[in-house]
Amino acid sequence: MSGQIIDVNASLSRWPLRRLAWDEPAALVAELRGLGITQAWCGSFDALLHKDIEGVNARLAEACAASDGFLLPFGAVNPMLPDWEEDLRRCAELYQMPGIRLHPNYHGYTLEQPVLAEVLRQATARKLLVQLTVTLEDERMMHPLLRVPPVDCAPLPGVLTSIPDAQVLLLNAVRTVPRDLLRRLAVEHGVYCEIATVEGLGGVANLLEDVPLEQVLFGSHAPLFYPVAAVLKLKESALAEAQLAAVTMDNARRLLNPQ
Amino acid sequence: MARLVEYADRMGVARFCVFMGMDWNYEPTPEKFRQENDEVMQALSHWHHRAFGFVYLNPQYVKESLQELDRCVSDGPLVGVKLWVAKHCNAPELDAIVARAAELRAPILQHTWLKITGNLPGESTPMELAALVERHPEATFICGHTGGDWEQGIRAIRPYRNIYTDLGGGDPTAGLTEMAVRELGAERVLYGSDIGGRSFASQLAKVLGARISDEDKQRILADNFKRVLAPILGAKGITP
Repeated sequence: MSGQIIDVNASLSRWPLRRLAWDEPAALVAELRGLGITQAWCGSFDALLHKDIEGVNARLAEACAASDGFLLPFGAVNPMLPDWEEDLRRCAELYQMPGIRLHPNYHGYTLEQPVLAEVLRQATARKLLVQLTVTLEDERMMHPLLRVPPVDCAPLPGVLTSIPDAQVLLLNAVRTVPRDLLRRLAVEHGVYCEIATVEGLGGVANLLEDVPLEQVLFGSHAPLFYPVAAVLKLKESALAEAQLAAVTMDNARRLLNPQ
Repeated sequence: MARLVEYADRMGVARFCVFMGMDWNYEPTPEKFRQENDEVMQALSHWHHRAFGFVYLNPQYVKESLQELDRCVSDGPLVGVKLWVAKHCNAPELDAIVARAAELRAPILQHTWLKITGNLPGESTPMELAALVERHPEATFICGHTGGDWEQGIRAIRPYRNIYTDLGGGDPTAGLTEMAVRELGAERVLYGSDIGGRSFASQLAKVLGARISDEDKQRILADNFKRVLAPILGAKGITP
């Protein structure tokens, strides 16, 4: 391992259902640094249930600004709220965020609703990367009062056909999005994914049989998951040096700084 | 099996415990579970220096399960019992199987899960395992997957010193191992990979990534399971 890893799937603040060991920014940064991670793209767990999304994004931006560039903020946009366009504008203009993070299942809309296409259009116009979180925890063990099924990504190819320049990174998609659909999204629509929920023996290598190498990124889903899991997944797959470099660093860099 | 060993080597796993054959069945007939156990014993004949095996039984067939237990454990190389989802484990049909396993000093690994989405018809919960254990203080049990919903599973088995818990299966959710160690004591916690549904990587992370002492990690990764198997291995004259 080169020790140069960009983690594209981390979160700040409190998971609603339990305290986590690394739910303070300093603790998260220390843990990730210890694993060789040099940058983490963060949303906020607060965005799941809070209605004051601007407050959530302001705190996220402030915490990331205090991390000496280690934490990169991806603000939330909830298009079910009035004037969500202003949240998106602030993410881009006020906080200079590189992207936004969507939670369609927690915010109560499906991908076939026209509002998703509108979010993607406006984000794309502002050159924002869109992280779309498919799921956060195993549906089988959710709290009975907080049952949130994974996002159904079946409509996504149709949506992306009309917005071909959209840059979409699916979070926690592997194992939940059907394999054929994930392959189609990657190959035909340029969608990216990350490895936090990869499973099975040599799972990352298996994923690379479906998704082009250039579109697979390192993600830990920290602090909800033990972040070392993603590092060990790289080890289990015995990737070639070039594959490792692409997954851990090069693809994420290119995504943030397109030619 | 060779492929499994290759990955185990890469991840630093020296030995593992296998059960069930190449084609899993929720409710195997006696003919089917015999076939699955034959497949495991065949694999172990080549890899006995790397793996132990448990016999897979179906409590819907008590008489045949007892015969299979003797064939594979008393008279064969297997060293424990695996029970999956054929019957809720608090059913009285399990009593004879558990009693015979205890005589053979064979630990019983019972799959458990607690699903808000609904369990399979015969799928056990950790509470049902606790009810079984209440009737069998002489036997040694392993609570498979820590009940899936581990925050409830750990509580359900907490009072019973003869239940160990298996961390394998489920996402590498932070806090699982710390809670298990806090509530059960590190000496009752076992590492499990849940291969092939999961990966060595995600399940090792539950131990290696946990905020517990190095001594407790060593207990969970190796020492505890050696202690679980010591009685039956000793009876069989096998050095762990």
